[in-house]
Amino acid sequence: MIKVWFKSGAPWIWLNAAAVSICMLMVIGILGLVTARGVGHFWPSQVKQFTYQEEGKPEKVIIGEQVDSSVTPAIMAKSTGHKMADNEDVLIQYLIKSGNRDVSGTDFLWIEKRNVKSESEPDDLIVVERREWGNFYGRVLEIKESGKTIAAGSEAWSILQTKIEETLAIFKEIAHLEKKEIGAINYNLERLRLKQRKLELENRLDDNAKEELALEKSAYDVDYKQYQAQLADLYLKIRRDVLVAETENGTQVKIPLAKVVRVFQPNSMSVIDKISHYGSKVFEFLTEDPREANTEGGIFPAIFGTVMMVLMMSVIVTPFGVIAAVYLREYAKQGFITRLIRIAVNNLAGVPSVVYGVFGLGFFVYILGGNIDRIFFPESAPAPVYGTPGLLWASITLALLTLPVVIVSTEEGLARIPSSIREGSLALGATKLETLWLTVLPMASPAMMTGLILAVARAAGEVAPLMLVGVVKLAPTLPLDGNFPFLHLDRKFMHLGFHIYDVGFQSPNVEAARPLVYATALLLVLVIVGLNLAAIVIRNNLREKYRALEG
Amino acid sequence: MSEQLRTHAIDMSSVLRDKGNQNQYNETCITVKDLNLFYGGKQALHGINMEMSKKKVTAFIGPSGCGKSTLLRCINRMNDLVDSARIEGQILLDNENIYDKSVNVAALRRRVGMVFQKPNPFPKSIFENVAYGLRIQGINDKRILEETVEKSLRGAALWDEMKDRLNDNALGMSGGQQQRLVIARAIAIEPEVLLLDEPASALDPISTLKVEELINELKEKYTIVIVTHNMQQAARVSDYTAFMYMGELIEMSTTSELFTNPVKKQTEDYITGRYG
Repeated sequence: MIKVWFKSGAPWIWLNAAAVSICMLMVIGILGLVTARGVGHFWPSQVKQFTYQEEGKPEKVIIGEQVDSSVTPAIMAKSTGHKMADNEDVLIQYLIKSGNRDVSGTDFLWIEKRNVKSESEPDDLIVVERREWGNFYGRVLEIKESGKTIAAGSEAWSILQTKIEETLAIFKEIAHLEKKEIGAINYNLERLRLKQRKLELENRLDDNAKEELALEKSAYDVDYKQYQAQLADLYLKIRRDVLVAETENGTQVKIPLAKVVRVFQPNSMSVIDKISHYGSKVFEFLTEDPREANTEGGIFPAIFGTVMMVLMMSVIVTPFGVIAAVYLREYAKQGFITRLIRIAVNNLAGVPSVVYGVFGLGFFVYILGGNIDRIFFPESAPAPVYGTPGLLWASITLALLTLPVVIVSTEEGLARIPSSIREGSLALGATKLETLWLTVLPMASPAMMTGLILAVARAAGEVAPLMLVGVVKLAPTLPLDGNFPFLHLDRKFMHLGFHIYDVGFQSPNVEAARPLVYATALLLVLVIVGLNLAAIVIRNNLREKYRALEG
Repeated sequence: MSEQLRTHAIDMSSVLRDKGNQNQYNETCITVKDLNLFYGGKQALHGINMEMSKKKVTAFIGPSGCGKSTLLRCINRMNDLVDSARIEGQILLDNENIYDKSVNVAALRRRVGMVFQKPNPFPKSIFENVAYGLRIQGINDKRILEETVEKSLRGAALWDEMKDRLNDNALGMSGGQQQRLVIARAIAIEPEVLLLDEPASALDPISTLKVEELINELKEKYTIVIVTHNMQQAARVSDYTAFMYMGELIEMSTTSELFTNPVKKQTEDYITGRYG
């Protein structure tokens, strides 16, 4: 009976189905976990007020968000030093995000459920997201303008929102002035300095040149002074308003509004309010710079850096890979050496990526970059321009890493094109080159796109080599901006993959950063999916266009 | 003459009778002289000598693997693409040896067009397929292209069917239409010679008929060499027929002569269906 069952092939089918289901479950599990943990982070959770009393200590009030809980069996709890009564089976603990790091020193604490005397969610509790010291939890007392109280109590809350909006507008203006305008002036002043140094090195710095430089410099100085005055004015304005709030134990805290990102009362928010809050948090996450050692704010520079690097890599790897594949398949004599090269290329795909990173650092950055600096940028020595890790070297290193994939799939694509098409073209008097350009390569383009898709998928998720050749924890400027020549290939950049590592494992405040790790991981997956989808859509269009002959 | 051949001859008698009345004076277009071809160590063609006349249809017949396609592909040097192929001897096109070192192969192929067994249109629009050869020559003038495309499609009896679909992908056409498109593509660059390598073997009978009619029209302007498996087809469309066997040219003469009065025993065996 069993024998018949085995012979029928049913167990084999079941085995296959099980393998597929396990794969699917793992993928869904990963995505599910990352999504659930990452997406929830931006939802404004309720702020609770606990009356808490540990044995033999006075009663105290704790305010905060409950972010986690743990259940420990009594025996284990005892062994870790908790006193357990005989009738208690388990020890239940809550992890509370209580914020106020500037006052209490820590912003997360574990409390035991059995010591909680009472628990409530008062409407008037506020959460203040600050640019420094993390969140503040407490109550509004009053608002001061230039040291004078202008509103107190419940009246203060309504004024607070408009005040904050004003302050944020000023903050934006300051950021614009500092980053864009003054940033551009600094960039240009540095450019002038380098020009002067270059002329000096070439012994061409005569009075004429000096005068010209001085003239240019003074123009920038005038601009700079003007911006400086504007800035001073704005700083005066932004520092005027102060929010006075009290913490759970009554300590008064003065929070300058300049340091506030947003204030809200989560317990009195309706669902619609929460959704709009959520939306603005997600928007901030996607479009703003990080704050507080990357544990708060957005990750826009990392998204930008990742996409930028992948695009640069694609631009470099595609022509190289395609040309190499065309040579190998179309021109090279198919003999022992060609086979050897093909094997070598295939094996290149198996080299650990960190090895590429070391090679990139050693060859591209130090040797190539160092020589470029010596020859083309002697004026900026001892500061390196290209002789230091940067976007260009990272892109080239990753292009090298993904080259085998592009070569292999392009070669396969070329091999699949029926010889009748080539002969048809040759028979019309086309040369081999014309046949390649007009017929073969367009028809092989879907295969090239497939190679590129695989390359992008691999490159976008790569972290190890990037740490050596250009990725940093925090890049002050994007590799693309309004200053000539706009694309700054020598700059260091941020990357989502490295960001995850940095926030998750190098962060001073691991508890605060954990949800961000999930959110960033989700985003990384989405960015890769997005890049891949774009490439797949292009490929499918090409496929439709160059549908090969049937049979 | 055997009994079987007699019946054959009766079947095709009217066709062959017309052929017999043709003017025998012809100008030679292609001369093959002592042609040997080797694939690696294996010899595929043995000392071929033949002449093909201008503006006539010459058919190569013979069993599979006898070298007729190989010989055809020698005429526009398609065998150059095969790495292992080595050729000795000469093929003269208008008294010039096409295997001379100074010959530009692309230019030669412009003079000697070729149509293959399976239709092989490019995955482009019908218009672009026909204009391909012109574009390669650097002709991009829209008016000239349009004129030539229309003329060629008319020449291939495809214009009326396709004039409203010129921008459709050529791969959407039927097999017979594709084959006629490929012929249009070949005549668009106005070659002197047209090589047809079993042009109808992948087609249904009606498409085959159309292609054969087309060949009859095309010989007004072009020298045509056709390889075919189908002896009736050879008899219907060709003026001269060459019978090949095992890489050798056994016999060549006018079609009516070869089919009604073969000199060699092998030829007779083949056309009477004893092998092949």
